[in-house]
Amino acid sequence: MLTCEHIVKRYGAHTALDDVSLTVPAGGIFGLLGPNGAGKTSLIRIITRITAPDSGQVLLEGRPMTQADVAHIGYLPEERGLYKKMKVGEQALYLAQLKGLHKAEARKRLKEWFERWEMTAWWNKKVEELSKGMAQKVQFVSTVLHAPKLLILDEPFSGFDPINAELVRQEILRLRSEGTTVMLSTHNMGSVEELCDHIALIDRSRKVLDGRVRDIRRQFATRTYRIEHTGNKVAFANALSFTGELLEHTEGEEYSTARVRLLHDSTVNHVLRQLLPAVEVHGVQEEIPRMHDVFIRAVHAHGAVPADMTE
Amino acid sequence: MNKILLIIRREFITRVRKPSFLIMTILGPLLIAGTMVGLVYLGMQESDEHLVLVVDKPHVVTGKLRDTDKVRFFYAYDELGDSAFKASPYTLMVDVNEAILETNTIQLFYKDLPSMNVQRTVQSELERTLEREKLRVNQVDPDTYARIKTALNVQLFDIDKAGEESYEQVLAAVGFGFGYIMFFFVFLYAVQVMRGVLEEKSNRIVEVLISSVKPFQLMMGKIIGIALVGLAQFTIWIALTATLMTAGTALLMKDRLDPREVLAEQQMTGELQAELMKEAGAQAPDRNKVMEVVSRLNIPFVLGMFVFYFLAGYLLYSSLFAAVGSAVDSETDTQQFMFPVTLPMIVAIFIAQMAITNPGSPLVFWGSIIPFTSPVVMMVRVAMGSVLETPWQLILSMVLLVGTFLFTTWLAGRIYRTGILMYGKKVSWREMGRWMFYKG
Repeated sequence: MLTCEHIVKRYGAHTALDDVSLTVPAGGIFGLLGPNGAGKTSLIRIITRITAPDSGQVLLEGRPMTQADVAHIGYLPEERGLYKKMKVGEQALYLAQLKGLHKAEARKRLKEWFERWEMTAWWNKKVEELSKGMAQKVQFVSTVLHAPKLLILDEPFSGFDPINAELVRQEILRLRSEGTTVMLSTHNMGSVEELCDHIALIDRSRKVLDGRVRDIRRQFATRTYRIEHTGNKVAFANALSFTGELLEHTEGEEYSTARVRLLHDSTVNHVLRQLLPAVEVHGVQEEIPRMHDVFIRAVHAHGAVPADMTE
Repeated sequence: MNKILLIIRREFITRVRKPSFLIMTILGPLLIAGTMVGLVYLGMQESDEHLVLVVDKPHVVTGKLRDTDKVRFFYAYDELGDSAFKASPYTLMVDVNEAILETNTIQLFYKDLPSMNVQRTVQSELERTLEREKLRVNQVDPDTYARIKTALNVQLFDIDKAGEESYEQVLAAVGFGFGYIMFFFVFLYAVQVMRGVLEEKSNRIVEVLISSVKPFQLMMGKIIGIALVGLAQFTIWIALTATLMTAGTALLMKDRLDPREVLAEQQMTGELQAELMKEAGAQAPDRNKVMEVVSRLNIPFVLGMFVFYFLAGYLLYSSLFAAVGSAVDSETDTQQFMFPVTLPMIVAIFIAQMAITNPGSPLVFWGSIIPFTSPVVMMVRVAMGSVLETPWQLILSMVLLVGTFLFTTWLAGRIYRTGILMYGKKVSWREMGRWMFYKG
């Protein structure tokens, strides 16, 4: 769907993006992650053609992107804003027309959306009369009204209460099921795990990680297993011998839980083979790292590269 | 619809719909016409009667000053103390000292500052009387003196316009008026552009907008939209002012038929009017002169040039103001950039003022050619009509102005597209210069 090739963007002496390449597959939800100031917004602004890269190019469906393509992109920036003195309906119509919708069509679609989200009463209100959450809803509707092929959402859930956040989440999933490609930039790793199919992680102007969420989490797995058993700690530790390292052992009411990291080239089967004669095993589960941990580890690992320390 | 048209439409409609636009549009002409009619009316009115106590120490003027219906003279030989004067019914006190015939100086004390007319009456009466006294002392025959006395009347003629008395100076003043209005409006609307840019930046809608349109389109849409607001306001103002002033003066003219008023006015303008009457025959002379000036003014040409220089000057300055608005975070930060941007306009006003008295000076010439001052300064030359004798200067000035606004809008566009996305940063001139070379 969208391919960025060797994007470089400099602002004076500061390099905002350093040779970033990534591919956003069609029809999924793509997470663009990274610490603050990593260059996410710079990349998004290049994709939305707000700024141009110093070198590199953006391809949309295999063709280099042109200004006409902005009509197929919906962009919700992190810093939201509407004209405060303008009426809600008028403003939504204006923004839709700027995206190339005809007035009549825009009005029809807005009516549908406003009814669905129970916002009809706001039509003639000025934006300054709305609460922050209400204004955010108006802005979200304006972002998706022209049915963009590519929807770019920067922190879409911030500023919403849990009920409206859920409304937005459902809407994102619905849009994906209708074939929209969604690019999500967020610090909320919970929603990344829940929503994203693919991610790319940018840190200090460079892409440090990308791929399918499932693969990445597996790739960052530390070969740690959670083993529930009935048996005492000493017997368990002794039985492990050199196949695994006991990280943690907690004794619960029914079972004890041990966290074991595999040692050397042993597999979970080796461990079990050692354990079975000694303790009664009730359950074994591999610990797949949370995206939260992946994020922190990837950024720390990237920070340790000496070349970047000079920045 | 084309996107830039959408932006222009929004800028125009939201501004025109504001209550403040309606108020300004209706109140503006009312204020202008009201002030003018009011001034004329006040000028026709004379304040209360003045009782002037003349302290005639050398006994030279007593009984010789002629009263008018507004000024009556009373005489004394000894000075009144300050408190005595304050308590007295006299409104003015003139101290004629012993050495008056040598010093030619008198002192006039007042309770409330008398009008120029009253001052003039008192002065001319004293002058006339003292002159007579000097003639008597020097044994000069008054008739001889009247023949000798010379009041030079200078009439100006442009050699290229045979037989026509020249009104260049008056026309230059009219041109300065146009220039001043130009300065005011260019400034007024350019600041609106800056505010608009700042508003979009500070409420953060700008990022949404420029994901749909190019920054340059957004900036130009705003500039053009506000220019249309200005032109609309102009048109309404001119129409309304003209109507109101016609109605106002018609009303005043009716008043003037009152014989007492006519008499008062004749008294008021006194000698000057008599002089003019001699020249222009029996018709109302001041009106005649106004008509003369108006007829000399090439109105379609002047108005045409005014619209051209207004639009071009506005485009030049508003693009600079847009750049300023984009570079800062709040209106209070605009000061440091506003001054250098405004300075050329202020210089232009000074040059234009100079052009009234000395329209041929090199400063005025360069001022009317250089694009940053030409909208104001050239208006003086346009109103005088003299610029038509050297059309190349006018064309050069216009071409340079158009070229410059194309350049400044381009330049402003480059600063603008970077500036609107920069937050929380104190911007310097150098920083702005760097933005021009960012790829955008």
